Amino acid sequence: MRESREKQQRAFEATWDAPKGPFGVFRTIDNMPIAVRYMVTSFAFFLIGGILALVMRLQLSRPDAGVVDPETYNQLFTMHGTTMMFLFVIPFLEAFANYVIPLLNGTRDLPFPRLTALSYWTYLFGGIYIYSSFLFGVAPDGGWFAYVPLTLKEFSPGPGIDFWDIGLSVAEVAAIGAAAEMIVGILRMRAPGMSLNRLPLFCWALLITSGMIVFAFTPLIVGTAMLELDRKELTRFFDAGYGGDPLLWQHIFWVFGHPEVYIMFLPAVGILSHVVQTFSRRPVMSYTFMVLAMIATAFLGFGLWVHHMYATGLSPTGMGFFAAASMAVSIPSAIQVFGWITTLWAGRPVWRTPLLFGIGGIVIFIVGGVTGVMVAAVPFDLQAHDTYFIVAHLHYVLIGGVIFPIFAGLYYWVPKFSGKLMGERLGRWNFGLMFVGFNVAFFPMHLSGLNGMPRRVYAYPAGMGLELYNLISTIGAFVFALGVLLFLVNVYRSLRSGEEAGNDPWRGDSLEWSQTSPPPNAQFAVIPVVRSRHPLWDQSTLLPVEGDDPAVVAAVRQLDHAPAHWRGSLIVGTLDGRPLAIAHLPRESRWPFIMSVGLTILFISALVEIRWVVLLGVAVTGAAIVGWFWPVDTETTAIDEQRVSGGSEVRLPLAVGDRSANGYWGTCVLVAIIATALATFLSAYFYLGNDPSPVPRAEAPPLGIALLTAIVAGFSGAATRWLTHQIDHVASSTRRWPLGMLFTSVIALVLLSVAVWRDTSLDATASGYASSVLGLVGFAGTLSAACAGMLVAALAWAWRAPRDPRGRGVALNCSLIAYANVAVWLVVLATVHLWPRVAG
Amino acid sequence: MMLQPIAVGGQSALSPSGPAAQAIGDLWNFMLVSGAVITVAVLAAMAWALFHRRAAGQPAEADREADPRGEAVNNERGGRGRENPGCPRDQRQGARIMVGAGIVFPTIVLGVVLVFTLRAYAAVSLPAGTVTTADAPPAPGELAIKVTGRQYWWEVEYLDREPSRVFETANEIRIPVGRTVTVRLVSADVIHSFWVPELQGKMDLVPGRVNALALHASKPGVFRGQCAEFCGVQHTKMAFVVVAEPAAQYDAWAARQRESRRVRDPRLAGDEATFLASGCPLCHAVRGTPARGELGPDLTHLASRLTLAAGTLPNSTGHLYGWIANPQAIKPGSKMPAVPMTAPELHAIARYLASLQ
Repeated sequence: MRESREKQQRAFEATWDAPKGPFGVFRTIDNMPIAVRYMVTSFAFFLIGGILALVMRLQLSRPDAGVVDPETYNQLFTMHGTTMMFLFVIPFLEAFANYVIPLLNGTRDLPFPRLTALSYWTYLFGGIYIYSSFLFGVAPDGGWFAYVPLTLKEFSPGPGIDFWDIGLSVAEVAAIGAAAEMIVGILRMRAPGMSLNRLPLFCWALLITSGMIVFAFTPLIVGTAMLELDRKELTRFFDAGYGGDPLLWQHIFWVFGHPEVYIMFLPAVGILSHVVQTFSRRPVMSYTFMVLAMIATAFLGFGLWVHHMYATGLSPTGMGFFAAASMAVSIPSAIQVFGWITTLWAGRPVWRTPLLFGIGGIVIFIVGGVTGVMVAAVPFDLQAHDTYFIVAHLHYVLIGGVIFPIFAGLYYWVPKFSGKLMGERLGRWNFGLMFVGFNVAFFPMHLSGLNGMPRRVYAYPAGMGLELYNLISTIGAFVFALGVLLFLVNVYRSLRSGEEAGNDPWRGDSLEWSQTSPPPNAQFAVIPVVRSRHPLWDQSTLLPVEGDDPAVVAAVRQLDHAPAHWRGSLIVGTLDGRPLAIAHLPRESRWPFIMSVGLTILFISALVEIRWVVLLGVAVTGAAIVGWFWPVDTETTAIDEQRVSGGSEVRLPLAVGDRSANGYWGTCVLVAIIATALATFLSAYFYLGNDPSPVPRAEAPPLGIALLTAIVAGFSGAATRWLTHQIDHVASSTRRWPLGMLFTSVIALVLLSVAVWRDTSLDATASGYASSVLGLVGFAGTLSAACAGMLVAALAWAWRAPRDPRGRGVALNCSLIAYANVAVWLVVLATVHLWPRVAG
Repeated sequence: MMLQPIAVGGQSALSPSGPAAQAIGDLWNFMLVSGAVITVAVLAAMAWALFHRRAAGQPAEADREADPRGEAVNNERGGRGRENPGCPRDQRQGARIMVGAGIVFPTIVLGVVLVFTLRAYAAVSLPAGTVTTADAPPAPGELAIKVTGRQYWWEVEYLDREPSRVFETANEIRIPVGRTVTVRLVSADVIHSFWVPELQGKMDLVPGRVNALALHASKPGVFRGQCAEFCGVQHTKMAFVVVAEPAAQYDAWAARQRESRRVRDPRLAGDEATFLASGCPLCHAVRGTPARGELGPDLTHLASRLTLAAGTLPNSTGHLYGWIANPQAIKPGSKMPAVPMTAPELHAIARYLASLQ
């Protein structure tokens, strides 16, 4: 008996081993090694972005210095912002989450391990892609906000902006992929007993952030696509000369850009809450308020983008609203700050480096929050906007609210990642230099800004009283950099000769501290049972005890060092954390890497526009998609095991082919992304329709083909309904007929999209209005094509293995996309064809 | 040749010289004081939280003995709640502080700030729809100036109900003290932003739109302005000056600006011929001569201006020589090319331009 148990344990551990061999690196899809790569890569980008900033500070240390020429300076600040926002903070926080979330949640991996790998590789290639522009001497120089028309072909003819635009798209796709993963992972894959009101605050933060990413990054992807189309002079979304509008770009950019601030800040709130909680030795004050404050921040965060556009001359009547919203967003932050203060007050603070960084971050953030209210006041912002006052404000918010918490989190969790403690003395110096250096660098910028120094200038004249402030700022920047350098030294020394961390060096409250440091590959060979919000403080054991829900006890037993031959982890009820099913997780895959190579080739082809490069990209990506969705052996094993055991009452079912599957939930996120993209195109349509400049508006497009298309879309909806009916109610169904009908109708919609566009007889290169119509029709057509692609997979399953639950799952996911497709078509047709008739 | 550009005029939002800047300055002072008080109070609360004396003996909550079910500290809501008899008193106090200091107090303060904000905003902004077309003649009694942003300089056109009285200048705006001037802002290329901190907040110049700004100086002076929206490689050196002077002086200046160029000294006739034969008139206009270029600033009264190269250099003969000889050394990326010319040609052109009072 004992021998067989040992054998099973060995088999279980082997199953969770990372792939070996020379190419193992490219096939690994485990969250922890990928998270470490992700962190190292994004930290490298942090250092690069920091060096760019130091060069800028050198240039500004005295008036009219000649360290760099104006063009280089413009590239420096463009790349500094782009790097810090897109290549450091977001990826770093996602990397953190990749590592920590499964551990906090008491589960074995994230729901879509291959997506984790794909995110990393596309992010890496996207970053290299943007930075490769330096090799060609054409680094982007339009600012991280890339305002049109400066970034249109006419004023930026070089490829720099294309590098920026396309490289950014790659990074955005990676971010959205990671967000979908976090949403499903946090909602579905947790330890039994971890109901939603026991979710650790970092998980709450990431859940909310990921939702925000879906709604904020999607408009940016659409916007950057519009920008690239405009740059290729295929459309005129932003060209005022053709009835486009440069302010449309600003709206789209800031609808992304302001939530982006909170997308960076909320995970930091999560980290701070953990650090404050652990080092004040008591639970954070009022968990409920903390969670509600984060949710409130997320909602308000979408309602105040216009405060970046106070000076653009928008109608003053709306300004009061945006000023009020911009001020109101400080209330949830105040709740959080007082949550931490009262926690420290009621607790017994333990002065270790993570707490120092935590408190330092809160102090800096408070100042940034106060100046934030100031710049929300419209008239004052008309002075402060685009000056160094804003540079100071945003760095107080982002370095205090994000960078210091990240360092707090690093000092807190690196011992978990590496198994070694970091040096405490060095940590204090690290903190001290960064804190002092930061304030010396950025506080004077408030004053230089008020004294008339605009942003994004490579020089300032002598005699305006700016010399001293700038010199002090430069000195502070180098002190700050020295602090960051000490961090690297500390990490190096810790890895070489650090003290052993043990499982729980800080006596933390959450599940990650119950595992070894670093954790085993399987993370939780025995699934922990959660009965408290702070299981390690309140529970003397994580094993089932008397009185536990029998379903929980059974689930823990079933998953004890099991399944042995494939990777499985628990799926729980979203709200109550009751065990529902077991998810199969793939073990290794080469396809994420290959797909990211294919995507990168595609993105390069968008830059060089050579036909064979395009074809190569399509071929590699296509092959990777097929490989990705090819049946995985271990999943077949899992399904067979399920069949053998006969689905007895005690054993949890495998989550495949129904609505408990992660894939289904992931598809739901995809539908949210589709809806957001549609909303963005609709906004463009109505915005350009309202443009004050006299545009020769075309007549309302003819109805004929549009009516036919609407009928086909309706037919497609009916076919989808039939499909879901068969999936849900007809056990013996092969789904061939409804799938075939659906496929036919969707292909018809792809063809009709071309016909609908032709039928409008609009020219997208001639007007902004036509471009926005092309955007809507093109989006619907592209979605139909993607849906058709998915349906090919569903049809293949229906023909080759109609009984296989995986095929049913693919069909179910297709039905969601097909419904979304129908809805998109009906909205697009109503907008393009009916709206002009209704509105005259 | 190393020319050290220096500032002409002040550019500090902290020294307002007009009612709009004053209203913003007052708002700033109010927010500065209240913001500082609040910051200090919060930091003091933080310090108190960290360093206040704690009752000895009692273990921290996290260090209390755990039981298998974690029941001692749990309630059915998943956390340590109010109903829980084990819930410490400070939990309730803490929640109260969060509501008071985190919700009630900020709501009141923000309400007050919002009122001050809207009041100040009414004082600095023009009502919506004040200006819809840039070239429409001004209302009777209105002094309207159309400013066109161009990569990297400002075209300034004084509008008038009488078309013959319209005149053009560049990078310098003169206004009579004590009178409100409407500035209509348009762009010829990319987005710029018009900013004279000592008089008014900034306003963008957006292609396809007409924005407007009220400018009012309550005392005479020279106020520096600068482009505040990144507009390309020489965004840095796209400055200008606003000169506020008594009405009589202003009127005299405007009358002079309306005139065509005058060549007072007959010796300069040859210099004018050299200028006209050079590449300069391709881009620049000098009213009264065949030079009618429109890409660069109007030079008719160049010598009357305080600065050269869009606020980059003080207008002196030396700087003028340097600028004509090699603009790219002073303002790299400027649209003004270095035109090859002989030394006598340079002398002639500089002499001629320096005479254009």
